[in-house]
Amino acid sequence: MLPEHGATMNTDSTAPERPAISGWYELFSRGARDWLRHSEKIRAAVREHLPQIVAGSNIINDGARTVHVPVRMLEHYRFRLRDDGEQTGVGQGKAKPGDVLGKGNAEGGAGEKGSGGRERGGTDLLLEFKVDEIIDWLWEDLKLPNLQPRSGPSEELEWKREGWDRRGARSRLDRRRSLRESVKRRALDPTSPAFTDEDLRYRQLTRRHQPGVRAAVFFLIDVSASMAERDRQLAKTFFFWVAAGLRREYHALDIVFVAHTTEAWEFSEGDFFKVTGSGGTVASVGFAKVREIMQERFNPASCNVYLFYASDGDNAGDDREAARAELDAIAKLARYSGYAEVSPATGRSAASDTFQLFQDLAATGVPSGRFTIKGSDDIAAAVRHFFTAEAQVAETLAGAAP
Amino acid sequence: MTDDWREQVPRIENLARNLGLEWSPVIFEAVPDSFMTEIAVYGLPVRMPHWSFGARYIYQLVQRHMGHSRLFEVVFPGNPGHAYLASSNGLADNILVTAHVLGHADFSKNNLLFRRCQEQGSEHIVEHAASHARQIERNIETYGQEAVERVLDAALSLEQYIDLDQALRRERYPEYATPPKSPVDDAFRTRFAALDPGVSAAPASRKIRAPIPPHPERDLLWFIATYAPEMESWERDIFLAVREESFYFYPVYATQIMNEGWASYWHARLLREADFIPETAYVDAIKCHSDVVRPIAAGEKSSLAVNPYHLGFTLWEEIVKRWGLEAARQIRREDDDFSFLRNHLTPELAAEMGLFRYQRQQSGQVKVVGGEIEAIREGLLCDKYNFGAPRVSVAEVGSDGTLVLQHDAKLDGRGLDVERTRKVLQYVKSVWRRPVLLKTHDTASQPVEVSADSAAAA
Repeated sequence: MLPEHGATMNTDSTAPERPAISGWYELFSRGARDWLRHSEKIRAAVREHLPQIVAGSNIINDGARTVHVPVRMLEHYRFRLRDDGEQTGVGQGKAKPGDVLGKGNAEGGAGEKGSGGRERGGTDLLLEFKVDEIIDWLWEDLKLPNLQPRSGPSEELEWKREGWDRRGARSRLDRRRSLRESVKRRALDPTSPAFTDEDLRYRQLTRRHQPGVRAAVFFLIDVSASMAERDRQLAKTFFFWVAAGLRREYHALDIVFVAHTTEAWEFSEGDFFKVTGSGGTVASVGFAKVREIMQERFNPASCNVYLFYASDGDNAGDDREAARAELDAIAKLARYSGYAEVSPATGRSAASDTFQLFQDLAATGVPSGRFTIKGSDDIAAAVRHFFTAEAQVAETLAGAAP
Repeated sequence: MTDDWREQVPRIENLARNLGLEWSPVIFEAVPDSFMTEIAVYGLPVRMPHWSFGARYIYQLVQRHMGHSRLFEVVFPGNPGHAYLASSNGLADNILVTAHVLGHADFSKNNLLFRRCQEQGSEHIVEHAASHARQIERNIETYGQEAVERVLDAALSLEQYIDLDQALRRERYPEYATPPKSPVDDAFRTRFAALDPGVSAAPASRKIRAPIPPHPERDLLWFIATYAPEMESWERDIFLAVREESFYFYPVYATQIMNEGWASYWHARLLREADFIPETAYVDAIKCHSDVVRPIAAGEKSSLAVNPYHLGFTLWEEIVKRWGLEAARQIRREDDDFSFLRNHLTPELAAEMGLFRYQRQQSGQVKVVGGEIEAIREGLLCDKYNFGAPRVSVAEVGSDGTLVLQHDAKLDGRGLDVERTRKVLQYVKSVWRRPVLLKTHDTASQPVEVSADSAAAA
């Protein structure tokens, strides 16, 4: 398709040519403009594959602020014949029937053109995405379920912008407003100067009482021996994106990190994402630890409490009733209890003990939810599942129905 | 330097005129390399915006940066024609390029295929394309990027689907079919009809609505723009704009070997016969020429592609040597690449040039296979048939508005790539706004239907 009458050759002779003629060509590059549009489309397309980005990143370990995603150049599709494996063509040079030419010779000679335009869909690009950007996409429209303002001592005082004044700090000068005043004044008297002190408008700040929306989120992870490295990684990746999203969405938020095997410990955030463990699984110990911290530090009456538990579901057989009692106690106080079960890619034939536990919990009408993470592609879906308000309402209703 | 070159232009033109070249005036313009790259990517100096050009542009930029190739000149036929020269060309380059451009200008003024397409369209494709681009930019302002892009995705993906045998401004199909003649028109029937005029007159006056399309329609761009049930008029205009540009592109595409060969023949000849060119510039220009028509990259024994400059140049040299310049001019007037190669690529020439056919196995191994001259010709031409696109035409429009396309798998030798076909159908569906499906052959050469929405159903 390209009417190129040009040719390949090497010359190093360059001559400064009449810049007066070619001046405007430099001003605007159509190619660059359409390339930007192509990049925009790629980013949009990548966004649709969010689960892979979320999963594919080693972000927890190396703490990078960006994620690199290899993408292909977008192909503008056309009708094309099926590739039948074998390809024939005409070449030129010293060769006789039966000769085998090397593979690497495909570049061809000087004049390889024509159909070339349709063969180049495969060029790879490496796109860089900021973690913050991904969080923006992932958390679009997501929020903590059932979050309610709770009055009490945690009420906040916040500076809010409110109104304008003729005096104020330079940094709060509202240029748009000021210009508007100037335009109004000059409409009355066109001879007056462009700007006077009278025109300037400054934004004012006032202190306002905000009802407190304090919230505490408990991340509880099972790090017992039955959780393989892969399972732990899945659970932690899930927690990583939840924590990042929650932090962005709510400023007054406490996140408590707890891990358990047959014992339970509270961790700092950094350690939590590195923790490994061994030994059996006693879920009730983990729940008890959560409840203990809750009672010590967060009063459910003045604070929205959330629990998210990640495990492979293999709880010790003799712990079933203890775990049920502990979980019920937490769930009654919490605004929401979520359970992310890490399971083999093939899924399980029957519900695990812990899964059953949360199912029963939902049946009592307590707001709760369950989600099975079978692989890294499910992580984004899990985040969406727990933090989409609609899903929660439905979940709660479904729980209340029987 | 530049002024030196510009001084040479009238002399070269004089010489060309004396040797019998005819052309419409050409405006020469020196432009930056980046703009040359854009012309090569868009095919026209100012063309409608589309993201696919952006992808090709970057690809080209990378290629150029790696020093693979450089464009010296691009010329657009018309009255006046426009020739863009890279501003980095040296004096010798520009002398060569000027002669080369005159060869192209002579070709596009005289070749019948070019003339037909220019009579259909106009001699001002450069200006028309720029005005299409402006109109589409206005559309983007009015209807938004997404909406316009959707239409361009569809129109540009069907870029090659025009019908050169139809007028550029094409009328709708006749609404009613011409009534069939009575099968036998003998004296008896005539007499019989005359007995009672009422009997025979009645059926003749009944009008039969013609089916749409009345025959398989390969002018997809026109058909969709004309018969899409719910297309906005600005969307139709975009389809027709793309179609007009394709009318311009077709002769460029279908005569590439001849056209480049002709221009190369003439730049070589003009250089040879010009006595006014400074000696150093002459030597440089001849070096430049031999690079352009070089069959195989330096240091290689063979190449898996044939340089069209070399192929065309060799054929024209032979034609002029054997049949004379007048015969060559007639061939330049009447042929396109298909007839050119079939008539003039002789077995002796092919052997002399060392043309061979090869097969690339699935393993990537390339094996040279023997072949008769017909096989070599077809090998050179097979990608060029039908504007280089599979033969797809409109078969019918269903009673629910379904657009049914058919692919001639028999003629093309195999079926279409199903995944790509579906994507194209999705583009088309977004402007046709009714179901769209296409009939082709699957891997087992069995008929298969592909629709825009679902997986292929047998």
